[in-house]
Amino acid sequence: MDANTVTAPPLEIHDLSVAYDRRPVLWGIDVEVPAGKLVGIIGPNGAGKSTLIKACMGVVAPSGGWVKVFGEPLDHAHRRVGYVPQRESVDWDFPVSVMDVVLMGRYGRLGLLRRPGAKDREIARASLDKVGMLPYANRQIANLSGGQQQRVFLARALAQESDLYFMDEPFAGVDAATEAAIVTLLHEMRDRGKTILVVHHDLPTARNYFDTLLLLNMRLVAFGPTDDVFTYDLLQRTYGGRLTILSEVADAVRQRG
Amino acid sequence: MTDWIPAFDPHRVFVEPWTVNVSLKLWIVVMGFLVLTTCGWVGQYLILRRMALMGDAISHSILPGLAGSFLIGAWWAGNGSASGEGGARGSVPMFLGALVAAVITTVLIEWIHRRSRVKQDAAMGTVFSALFALGVVLITVFADHVDLDADCVLHGEIGFVPFEDYFKVGGREWMPVPVARMLVVSLLTAAWIGMFYKELLVSSFDPGLATSLGISAQRVHFLLMAWLAVVIVSAFESVGAILVVAALIVPGATATLLSSNLPRIFLWITLHAAVSALAGLHLAVWLDCSIAGAMVVAGCALFVLAWAASSWSQWRARRLMATGAPPEPEERTLTAPPTPSSPGRSAA
Repeated sequence: MDANTVTAPPLEIHDLSVAYDRRPVLWGIDVEVPAGKLVGIIGPNGAGKSTLIKACMGVVAPSGGWVKVFGEPLDHAHRRVGYVPQRESVDWDFPVSVMDVVLMGRYGRLGLLRRPGAKDREIARASLDKVGMLPYANRQIANLSGGQQQRVFLARALAQESDLYFMDEPFAGVDAATEAAIVTLLHEMRDRGKTILVVHHDLPTARNYFDTLLLLNMRLVAFGPTDDVFTYDLLQRTYGGRLTILSEVADAVRQRG
Repeated sequence: MTDWIPAFDPHRVFVEPWTVNVSLKLWIVVMGFLVLTTCGWVGQYLILRRMALMGDAISHSILPGLAGSFLIGAWWAGNGSASGEGGARGSVPMFLGALVAAVITTVLIEWIHRRSRVKQDAAMGTVFSALFALGVVLITVFADHVDLDADCVLHGEIGFVPFEDYFKVGGREWMPVPVARMLVVSLLTAAWIGMFYKELLVSSFDPGLATSLGISAQRVHFLLMAWLAVVIVSAFESVGAILVVAALIVPGATATLLSSNLPRIFLWITLHAAVSALAGLHLAVWLDCSIAGAMVVAGCALFVLAWAASSWSQWRARRLMATGAPPEPEERTLTAPPTPSSPGRSAA
């Protein structure tokens, strides 16, 4: 590892564009995320929020531009990146236990033909304990509630022991207790120097949860500290003249004052 | 009406098969078991990936591969030694032709649904019917010149398995060649699933996560489809389409009803395969009907049985909940007390 990779930012996105079926979804995104930030990715439906993190994770192929993780292409840095997909993206009737799902977070560190060992199980148990799901370790995932499912996904991300995390709507459809627990966990992770990018839907809470915001609407509208970016002007530009959203924006900004 | 269905004579149905010409029945049951269990294991991954009909699609679309390799073989033989059609229908070229067709099917389906607005199921339907039709055209165009028709490709008969050549080692006849071949494929399949268990698991459950971990979900998909083709083709020639297509889905669907634990599901599939093969043989002896068809009917009867059992246990759990103590409420704090697992699902 040379000096460049030591000091390189956790995430560097340059001129990234993505198109689905010839329809552009993301256009010319340029961002450099510094270490130790908890970043909220905010924007209206169809703004390309999920697509942005999927492109960063190599799950969708970009049509232009590049992404570097700790100064390297993603192929060389898989172990340093953790991913929490949308909860609805998987089949929760799948015949696996909570423990099996959390152990999947360790797969990236095991080579071909190797199975998770005692140390991996220990890490998985510790991760489950952190999200309060250890008592459920041997349950089948089909028996979990929405909030519990989300916690299992977070435990799996913790078990990955990465430095940079992408989370796709971790607050969608969870109860208030779980939401509070997740926020506490995210702050803890950030304080340990992790960099976390979170796709978030709810404008009023975004201001309290994240120290940095990335406002997105196909193009990058703004990126910076929440206090600088969470302004009426920038939010209005992000959400374009949508009336219902605009009143929400006004409310959110008024609360702030 | 009564003389349409043969009388049920317990001695003839249950005792005679195992007293007269035992090896004949034994190899049929063993072959049925091997096909059902191997296809069942691979098919379980198709079920988990919600592409259960992929097996159906590939079993149709290998037809042009079989026809193509046969025609090339016949042409080669005709050019070289003019020895006629005999040598061309060897297993190896047919096998390779079918494998190529299966891989082409998979690539075409992926390609169409990635590059256009056509969804995966529609892409699947288009590709397999197109290739199947191409196969039918090839066969009928050249039907006058070669000894091959769609029937003989699609309708292998498991009842003929004991009459095939025997696999010999040291002068002793061990087992019919198709059984030996299927045994090798079964062992390879088990080894393959054991070796790549975690890659198959994570790419089936959460392809996005798999890719982000550096396990290419797409590569796993192509490998699985290629192996599916190997299994289908090995089974096809000797037992026919109906048994293969059913074997890919019915054991897995039955096992899914009985357990929600993947290793246990694989055990149920194996058990289901053994019982269907055995029960199917006896059914065929009684009704004097197609053996493969009888095995599938027996397998489906087991599915209905499993369905009834799981519905009954669900009903009982619901009644327990209604009459007994209320279930513990969903936890409100981070450190929840342990709750006993609910009796509802894991009734296996």
